[in-house]
Amino acid sequence: MWEAADTPNVTKEQLQGAMDQRFSREIRQRLAEARVGIAGLGGLGSHIAVMLARTGVGTLHLVDFDVVDLTNLNRQQYFLPQLGQEKTHALCQLLRQINPYLTLLPQTVRVTEENAGELFREDPILCEAFDQPEQKAMLVSTVLEQCPNTTVISGSGMAGYGSANDIHSRKAARRLYLCGDETTDLAPFRGLMAPRVSVCAGHQANLAVRLILGEETP
Amino acid sequence: MTVTVNGQTQEGCANVLEQLTQMGFDPKRVAVEKNGEIVPRAQYETTPLKEGDKLEVVRFVGGG
Repeated sequence: MWEAADTPNVTKEQLQGAMDQRFSREIRQRLAEARVGIAGLGGLGSHIAVMLARTGVGTLHLVDFDVVDLTNLNRQQYFLPQLGQEKTHALCQLLRQINPYLTLLPQTVRVTEENAGELFREDPILCEAFDQPEQKAMLVSTVLEQCPNTTVISGSGMAGYGSANDIHSRKAARRLYLCGDETTDLAPFRGLMAPRVSVCAGHQANLAVRLILGEETP
Repeated sequence: MTVTVNGQTQEGCANVLEQLTQMGFDPKRVAVEKNGEIVPRAQYETTPLKEGDKLEVVRFVGGG
């Protein structure tokens, strides 16, 4: 989409200086030192990644097995020229245009009960952003069991166009936070739309920022 | 025998799997914490319950 030549040369110091006009240097540094994993780069995950990149979270671990499809464009952070590309690749392209100095760790792999523990052990914070409820349950259980230093922020219930006010964040278990309305399942002709899935992604991203900055209440 | 599930007192079953099934949860769509510790998915049936145990059952719905 955008050629490298179109990107103006901005130094790391200039970007940091711009951030320091909004928040203290200490906050910027804590965010820059942080690492967040995102499992699933669809409607939730692609928005979470963009928000955390803009916020200056220094290391993003991005995991998805899939490629960009036409049915994704109603709600995910991808563009027509990226159809057929791996989501990890397409998203990294976008994130580098927001901040070229972030450390991006893309992994194009299908997450299973067998590899989930290994994949996410190094992520102090993991945003669960899968689509299927069985996959969500598998990932959350496996990571909480096998990754003792990881806190999970999971998205559950954001389909349709019900009230945005029904979407909330809460602490659901010792190392688990839940964001969503917790009830609206996918159903025939009740899929996902950009606004509500973005609200839920915003909850997850905000919680990640809060945890990084030492706030433990949802 | 009574246990607490998501803050509510319930008649307790013999193990976690029975408790989930009894209460209408799909075991494949939940994560379960017992007394503050995650119960591995493979161990729902072999994790016994006793008087006063506290379960947190987190149910997931689709979409993401």
